[in-house]
Amino acid sequence: MSVLDADLSRFVAATAEGHGRLELLVRGARCAACLSKVEKAAAAAPGVAAARLNLTSGKLSVTFKAASGDPNAVIQAVEAVGYGAGLYDPEAASAVQDREGRRLTVALGVAGFGVGNVMMFSVPVWAGLFGQELDASTRTVMYWLSAIVATPCALFAGQVFFQSAWASLKRGKANMDVPITIGVLLTLAVSFSETFLGGPHAYFDAAISLIFLLLIGRWLDHQLRAKAQSAARDLLAMQARIARRIDGHGVEHGTPVGEVAVGDRLAVPPGERAPVDGVVEAGVSELDNALITGETALWPVAPGSALHAGALNLGGRLVMRVTARSEDSTLAGILRLMEAGAQSKSAYVRLADRAAAIYVPVVHTLALATFLGGWLLGLGPREALLRAAAVLIITCPCALGLAVPAVQIAASGRLFRKGVLVKSGAALERLAEVNHVVFDKTGVLTEGRPRLIDGDAQALALAAPLARASRHPLAQALAREAGPGPVAAEAHETAGLGVEGVIDGRPARLGRAEFVGADARASHETELWFAIDGRPPVRFAFADTLRADAARTIAALKARGLSVEVLSGDMAAPVSRVAAACGIERWRAGLTPQEKAAAIDGMKARDLKTLMVGDGFNDAAALARAHASMAPGAAVEASQNAADLVFEGDGLMAVVDAIDVARAARRRALENFGFSALYNAVAAPAAMLGLVNPLLAALAMSGSSLVVMLNALRMTWAARS
Amino acid sequence: MTILLFLAPASLMLALIGLGAFLWTVQSGQYDDPAGDAARILLGADDDRPLPDAPPADEAPRP
Repeated sequence: MSVLDADLSRFVAATAEGHGRLELLVRGARCAACLSKVEKAAAAAPGVAAARLNLTSGKLSVTFKAASGDPNAVIQAVEAVGYGAGLYDPEAASAVQDREGRRLTVALGVAGFGVGNVMMFSVPVWAGLFGQELDASTRTVMYWLSAIVATPCALFAGQVFFQSAWASLKRGKANMDVPITIGVLLTLAVSFSETFLGGPHAYFDAAISLIFLLLIGRWLDHQLRAKAQSAARDLLAMQARIARRIDGHGVEHGTPVGEVAVGDRLAVPPGERAPVDGVVEAGVSELDNALITGETALWPVAPGSALHAGALNLGGRLVMRVTARSEDSTLAGILRLMEAGAQSKSAYVRLADRAAAIYVPVVHTLALATFLGGWLLGLGPREALLRAAAVLIITCPCALGLAVPAVQIAASGRLFRKGVLVKSGAALERLAEVNHVVFDKTGVLTEGRPRLIDGDAQALALAAPLARASRHPLAQALAREAGPGPVAAEAHETAGLGVEGVIDGRPARLGRAEFVGADARASHETELWFAIDGRPPVRFAFADTLRADAARTIAALKARGLSVEVLSGDMAAPVSRVAAACGIERWRAGLTPQEKAAAIDGMKARDLKTLMVGDGFNDAAALARAHASMAPGAAVEASQNAADLVFEGDGLMAVVDAIDVARAARRRALENFGFSALYNAVAAPAAMLGLVNPLLAALAMSGSSLVVMLNALRMTWAARS
Repeated sequence: MTILLFLAPASLMLALIGLGAFLWTVQSGQYDDPAGDAARILLGADDDRPLPDAPPADEAPRP
């Protein structure tokens, strides 16, 4: 984020001790040297008492000496030593605390303590199974000691499952936590009664190890989500939603967009986006609406012109009067569509839950049949209940509970190294099912920024010094093409027209046709004119060029049996050109955001599982409604929010990589389910026949979990080799 | 076998001390910034104190 010159003191919160506190997001800090550089720079900024950087989350906490302070000074200080710095919204900063993660870590620690120490008493019992010297009374003492350790640990650490099971039962459904809860509680109860009666088999160790192994799965799943959430938050914090409100004295104040009211005057300097809908009050400029409508042509504005939220100001400084609050802006309609899409996504049933839907009734029927059947066949209620508990323990869903999270954390780690951020495990599951891919054009198939396509090399060298003096994106594209070199003297930029200056003592102009004195012919190409020293003007033409690997990506997708389509808001001519260049036969142009979302719904009705790849406001609704969605890291906030995966970098091949990894993860998860089913097919009958003892239960449980984990780790090994 | 009556509680006590220490490390936020803690040990001596006015790590910053 660039340094803001507006007053940002609104972002400093006062603590109870009377010091101002500021949260900044720092980008690019990776090592000890970065850490000390950033902290020293921030601490040296005026008014700062102390600064501490969290290297894991990238969050810099700054404490001011007084109750308020100047965030600009800190941002400037951090940027001066070479790191990016952005403001956290105060509300977003308070949401950073990861309570759920801490609760799971504590539960995991307690369960680990229980498992480790129960083993101390279990090993003598197991040894007794092999005819070692252990009389019945010593065994009972061992069981009582096991009970003292395992029961409180299981009841404490198991709350994660108990609460979730209870919530699920209240809704009239049974998730995976219901059999876990019943299994653990029944096991504890039966073990107590067996110990009390001096019986040979008690399963305190099994109850606590069950919880320990399942908590590992939960913890992994949470880590995956927490990591993705914090990364997504970082992306958004870098485009912190700040409006520059102008007060009665003409002073700019940085204000969170949510607090902007109708009638406020806002400043929109070149290079920034209009935060809300409004009308231009002063200033002349050109707007880039590509992210809102997908149109690549620039849009000239003058006082009185309407301005949509998200439009990028390319030319001069604009002052706008707000006509709609943030919630009511153009975006609001799109956001409503997005919410509807998010609801349909939350209805998606995850792989593990689908497995649970089969597993739960089968296992409970088996346990009940064991109890009733055993009793009827003359085993007596005590032995029958013990066997029923053994069935529940031995068929424990440990392997099922670990099967999916272990695979998904390995898969998302692999994608993360390739610059693809996975927001949730469910996103990977949906991505694996995709059979149709829809691309947006601007910013996805193309780079989303202009590049010189037609222009004389000699004229380019002449115009370059003037182009380097300008902030206009077309001039910057020209300067990029020409490479580094001298800058024109006395350069002066006229907003919305062009830049003039002196090159080698000769006056020159670069800009629109009428500014340079060329005859303004109607042209649908983006162009820039250059004239020097009275010579006839020269024309440069620009176009949004394809991403380098766009055609290769489409070919790779087709090779994987996926159909490909383009949905764009741009005009038909450029869309058909891009589609042809990429090798895509099906395309539609001139679509509004609503039409895009409707098109996605239409595909759903035809049983296509669609992956939407888009970056603009106009794609957000379609992204939220598609079966799975991806957005590039340069996309607008709304689209990054709506997308399941966000990919960084210039390459489009990330889409293919993500699909490959998601499919591989699905295969691994299904293998794990298959293994669990096979294991249960052997173990359950053994338990029903009473062939299981505590040692066998412990071995079977940890053994099956280990196999599932190792299978998941193949995802990581495959990436390394 | 009476030695068990002494050894079992003794070993449990030791384990409980370990568990208590672990819970303390979680509560005091020692797992919040593993990368930063690994880096800080390489830096000069006196900058690893917490912020003078920092709220306790388990409290959300006041808005």
